[in-house]
Amino acid sequence: MNLSVRFIGPLALAAALATACAPQTSGNASSDKDEKTGTLRVWLFQEVDNQPKERVVDAVLAGFEKAHGGTDVSVEYIPVETRAQRIKAAFNDPKSAPDVIEYGNTDTAGYVKDGGLADVTKDFNAWSEAKDTDPTARQSVTVDGKVYGAPYFVGVRALYYRTDVLRELGLRVPKSQAELISTAKKIRAAKPGLYGLAVGGAYTYGAMPFIWANGGELATGRSGSYASAIDSPDARKGIKAYTSLFGDDNCPAAKCAVMGGNDTVTAFASGKAAMAIGGDFSHAAVEAGKVKGTYAVVPLPGVKPGSIAPAFAGGNNIGVLKSTSHRTLAVDLMKRLASKKTQGELFDAMGFLPTFTDVRQQAAAREPFVKPFVETLAAGTEFVPASPAWAQIDSSLVLPTMFQEIVSGKKDVAHASQDAAKKMDDAFGSAG
Amino acid sequence: MTDAALPPEPGGAVTTAGPPGTAGPVAAPTTGPAPRRTARPAGPSPGRPRRGARPRGGWTPWLYLAPALVCLGGLLVYPVYQLGLISFLEYTQAQVSGGEPARFRGLANYTELFADDQFWQVLLATVGFAAACVVCTLAVGCALAVLLTRIRAIPRLALLLAALGAWATPSITGSTVWLFLFDPDFGPVNRLLGIGDHSWTYGRYSAFLLVLLEVVWCSFPFVMVTVYAGIRAVPSEILEAAALDGASQWRIWRSVLTPILRPILVIVTVQSVIWDFKVFTQIYVITNGGGIAGQNLVLNVYAYQKAFASSQYSLGSAIGVVMLLILLAVTLGYLRLLRRRGEEL
Repeated sequence: MNLSVRFIGPLALAAALATACAPQTSGNASSDKDEKTGTLRVWLFQEVDNQPKERVVDAVLAGFEKAHGGTDVSVEYIPVETRAQRIKAAFNDPKSAPDVIEYGNTDTAGYVKDGGLADVTKDFNAWSEAKDTDPTARQSVTVDGKVYGAPYFVGVRALYYRTDVLRELGLRVPKSQAELISTAKKIRAAKPGLYGLAVGGAYTYGAMPFIWANGGELATGRSGSYASAIDSPDARKGIKAYTSLFGDDNCPAAKCAVMGGNDTVTAFASGKAAMAIGGDFSHAAVEAGKVKGTYAVVPLPGVKPGSIAPAFAGGNNIGVLKSTSHRTLAVDLMKRLASKKTQGELFDAMGFLPTFTDVRQQAAAREPFVKPFVETLAAGTEFVPASPAWAQIDSSLVLPTMFQEIVSGKKDVAHASQDAAKKMDDAFGSAG
Repeated sequence: MTDAALPPEPGGAVTTAGPPGTAGPVAAPTTGPAPRRTARPAGPSPGRPRRGARPRGGWTPWLYLAPALVCLGGLLVYPVYQLGLISFLEYTQAQVSGGEPARFRGLANYTELFADDQFWQVLLATVGFAAACVVCTLAVGCALAVLLTRIRAIPRLALLLAALGAWATPSITGSTVWLFLFDPDFGPVNRLLGIGDHSWTYGRYSAFLLVLLEVVWCSFPFVMVTVYAGIRAVPSEILEAAALDGASQWRIWRSVLTPILRPILVIVTVQSVIWDFKVFTQIYVITNGGGIAGQNLVLNVYAYQKAFASSQYSLGSAIGVVMLLILLAVTLGYLRLLRRRGEEL
């Protein structure tokens, strides 16, 4: 008895040490197998109204299963809000991971660094439809010259405004950034119950066009050697312009400093704002709101009268996971899901803007509401640095913190942007 | 709407996984080998000859302690060990999912942390905020405990029920309700005070005040019930004698109850320090993940933001380790101080 007790302690300790030498890492190596039959698993994002998307996808899957005998595709729609955890978990545990995923294009570089996405450069270049992919969309699947997926749709933002409010106050649709700001303040002065232009301190992608329009940039350099440019004189002009919209004369800082993109769109849709910066993907939400029928959309004006502010080219891609054991099939499925035909159908079903220039033009001809968004895309768009550091900068709220510091009066533009630039450079330095 | 471009909500989803460092260092070191000697005379083998001073029987207490030690080891020591280990590695999402090998960084995570201004600000805010919470919780808890002994049965029952209700409310629910009460547009508090659409979470101190109120509201019942039980156990003659000598309520509390209740007060103080230093849910919910520009961050939320929102698990672990050490130091220092003053616990 005593003998065994004497040994239990050291034994347990030894066992614990043996199993606990290192924290867990998954062996997420690319699979050697390339099976031609079996079940493929697909994760797509769950939309607010998912039915039309499901119909389009089901048709694609039926075609795929017909073309490849002995295959079966199971698709799962995952919520956007928890995508980060789900996809991280999939990378951590290849056994339960899907073969094909839909992912946000700002996540590309991060997922590549995590070792989760398969390099499909050859397959993509050999794909006959790929040549019509617009350059920004192509950039959003590319890291260090290699392609890690197929663009699925793009999303851009433009200016939503209330036609009735502007008419009543005798104001014209703003043609330049300065006029946009003055119009917003005039509306607020005349109608204190409304935000002139709904803005948000946490609405990074609504703020960025102001910086880009002034000639500023998020970062300069190339992959691997980015340096933040958020504190350059041009960028500061843009930051100043955007943050001047926070205040009792447009959007009170006490309320607007914490708002994100969805909050501003909700404010507009519920009739609490005369203008807002919303995406083509916000169309359905606004249509469902109080302001249906009394609003219109134009491209967000740039600095020069008549110009268009460069918009952020958001959107989603379809990628193949490195751990898939059905690589050939998965790549084919990726192409089918992101094909011209599917993108055209998805546009009709969901309003997602196609990533192929020709398909997009046809779409614009069918649906006049996308005209301002297509114009915005045609005027040139910007993208975030293709660096894994971006995911970190984004999730550690570097830019929202900067805007919030300025609008709450904690720091001036120069200091806040300097601090943000330092944080960004730290991230670029550690993550590449 | 799957716009990937939207900035993620700060810390998007509330995971059920606690932040690093929540493995509380609830003082367990007192369970030492103390009972050893006392166990000797009643040895397990009355029939056998005595074995002199050999420490053989010394294993017996360990046998009885084994189940508890195994549980503690598995649930406390092992996670703390992992926490410490990760804090010495470069361990981000890329390492977890196998994109890159985990690399030993030595103390680099700690130097990075200590070189970060924000860490010191957050640490200062945490200490100040926790101190304020502890003082308020103890003051409210003790005052209401004394009140409980002075009122009649029905009001006492009502007070106890109200306090137990607050105690039983999950902190996420309490925080959400609190947030609603103080909502600038729909909250009844603003309407009652007639201050229009004043936003309580906009200013740094008003946001901290809001969280403090919630923390006190949900943690005073523990203090109150414990102290109340302690007061009930005090012989009534002592209190009577004090009252006959003409001592005021305050004087009785200061000179009679406090010394008698000292062991209980020590426990509730240590508990409160630990709880309030580690406050997470209330800050996370009420200030939406740390307030405007991170003005309301406390260490635990800061660690969460580092570890889980930006996937820098190693940095988050380092913060967890620092918290653990601070709490251990505070708790042990406090106990030592009491010892030195000759008080037995």
